[in-house]
Amino acid sequence: MTPLLQLDNVTKRFGGLIAVHDLSLQVEQGAIVSLIGPNGAGKSTVFNLITGIYAPTSGSIEFNGRQLNGLRPDLVAAAGAMRTFQNIRLFAFMSVLENVMVGRHVRMHATAFDGALRTPRAVREEQAVTDRAMELLEYVGLTQYASEWARNLPHGMQRRLEIARALAADPTLLLLDEPAAGTNPAEKQQLMSLVESIRARGVTVLLIEHDMKLVMGISDYIHVLDHGDKISEGRPEQVRHDPRVIEAYLGKGA
Amino acid sequence: MKRVELPLGFGTASPMQLAAALAGLILLALFPLLDRNASHVSAVADAGYFVLLVFGLNIVVGFAGLLDLGYAAFFAIGAYTYAMAASTQFNLHLNFWPMIVVSACVAALFGVILGFPTLRLRGDYLAIVTLGFGEIVPQVFLNLDKYTNGPNGISNVDQPTIGAFHFGFNPTPYYYVYFVAILVCVVLLNNLRRSRIGRAWMAIREDELAARHMGINTTTTKLLAFAMGASFAGLAGVIYAAKLTLISPDEFNFSVSVTILAAIVLGGMGSLLGVFVGGVLLALLNFLILPQATNWTHALGAHLHLPALMSLDFTNYRYMIYGAILVLVMLFRPEGLIPTASHRAELRVKR
Repeated sequence: MTPLLQLDNVTKRFGGLIAVHDLSLQVEQGAIVSLIGPNGAGKSTVFNLITGIYAPTSGSIEFNGRQLNGLRPDLVAAAGAMRTFQNIRLFAFMSVLENVMVGRHVRMHATAFDGALRTPRAVREEQAVTDRAMELLEYVGLTQYASEWARNLPHGMQRRLEIARALAADPTLLLLDEPAAGTNPAEKQQLMSLVESIRARGVTVLLIEHDMKLVMGISDYIHVLDHGDKISEGRPEQVRHDPRVIEAYLGKGA
Repeated sequence: MKRVELPLGFGTASPMQLAAALAGLILLALFPLLDRNASHVSAVADAGYFVLLVFGLNIVVGFAGLLDLGYAAFFAIGAYTYAMAASTQFNLHLNFWPMIVVSACVAALFGVILGFPTLRLRGDYLAIVTLGFGEIVPQVFLNLDKYTNGPNGISNVDQPTIGAFHFGFNPTPYYYVYFVAILVCVVLLNNLRRSRIGRAWMAIREDELAARHMGINTTTTKLLAFAMGASFAGLAGVIYAAKLTLISPDEFNFSVSVTILAAIVLGGMGSLLGVFVGGVLLALLNFLILPQATNWTHALGAHLHLPALMSLDFTNYRYMIYGAILVLVMLFRPEGLIPTASHRAELRVKR
């Protein structure tokens, strides 16, 4: 079976800086794959390459049998890869419900004409999208905050709202950029079980995480980046004992 | 309190709100019959084009968050399109009613053309470029004197007819054209605001990058905002040219764009009721209150034999008064008179 996402020898340079160097990785359908590494390792750059903020300097990114190199972010979303952001980027002054509904944008068909005239087609679609968004809010446990401004939610809930927003488009691949950053230990645990249950719904997950311990329990496969290079990969128990990983995290001689 | 379900997608309202809205609507519908003074009716009708402009710019600035300082350009394009197609200028006398649609489409097309180069710009940079476009368009009309008569403008613009009825210089039929146009626009805008496209505009306003990652094509969505906003100005331009029968390039300068923007800020950016009220207030101040106040002061001056009062013309202080109103609003109610809940919240947080 061909993998859902495949990066082949991807390099990204910013001037003299090589942010990602000759990176190859595969994400199998239905897996939870984690990308870990210390700060500045190039993890978020990998996400930005996949989701179309940057085009790779060289190499190829293939998703669902389709070349993604430099494809616009909205088209990457349409192709079925949705993401969250390390520094939460919700639509602050839109309601929680509207945030999730925006996530559904790419799967909706109503034109401006439909919207302005409230054609039966648009009204039906709007109702279906509202129902679907409410289901997702229930799934992440935010039902009671549906009409609240997104910015009024506490940090942990904002993280979950971002996930619900990304799920609204029925993605085949969900890219989570440090979903547990800045949350307390109980919330971290909650988020990780949320990630597992998302995979159980049939969504493949590529997860960036800074905290290695957190992903050990749920990842099928882990890639470790340091300074733009992949220094290790394997199943969690293999990576955990890899001396290069320990060195990258703790420094030489640890 | 029990809420009443409203038709046409306006959601629900309390009986008090419903009663107030109906009373306001009936009063506006009957206004030309209640006030038989033609100059008053004319002034209130002129508020109509201003409200249409305010609604159009509100799509761009209020919904999509794109600061456009050259919006009067599209008003000029709408007015000139009709004036050239229905006057003695080329001896074309195309019918007013289809020309409403044509001019709105022409303005929308220019909305796309002028919007395209600004797509990568935001905030101050966008404002400066649109400001430039707003200056270029009247200059073009001024200098294409072969087609536009340059500074003299186009006169003898056709007045509309319905069957055998000629609108002529009677302001009442124009009042009702504006009345119907505004009602239709309110319904369309209210629908649009809570549709897929309306949410996409607001998402772009809130966070353009995140909006792109949610699958919104920001290029077409922004161009749609520019085009729709411009089409409102095109519509307003047609009725404006027909009512006045004479247009010239200096009626579409920067001060028009700024006044429209001021009305939006005054009323409450993004809020339909707010920008309507803001637009009506500034327009009435300009067309009705200041000229009336000037008349009264002149009469008072004549009565008291005070030449100083007789030469006082409040309309010359228009921008000073706008400025003072804006400063006061910004100091005491920065979110505008009738803001949207989100805009109010946003300003509270930022302060």
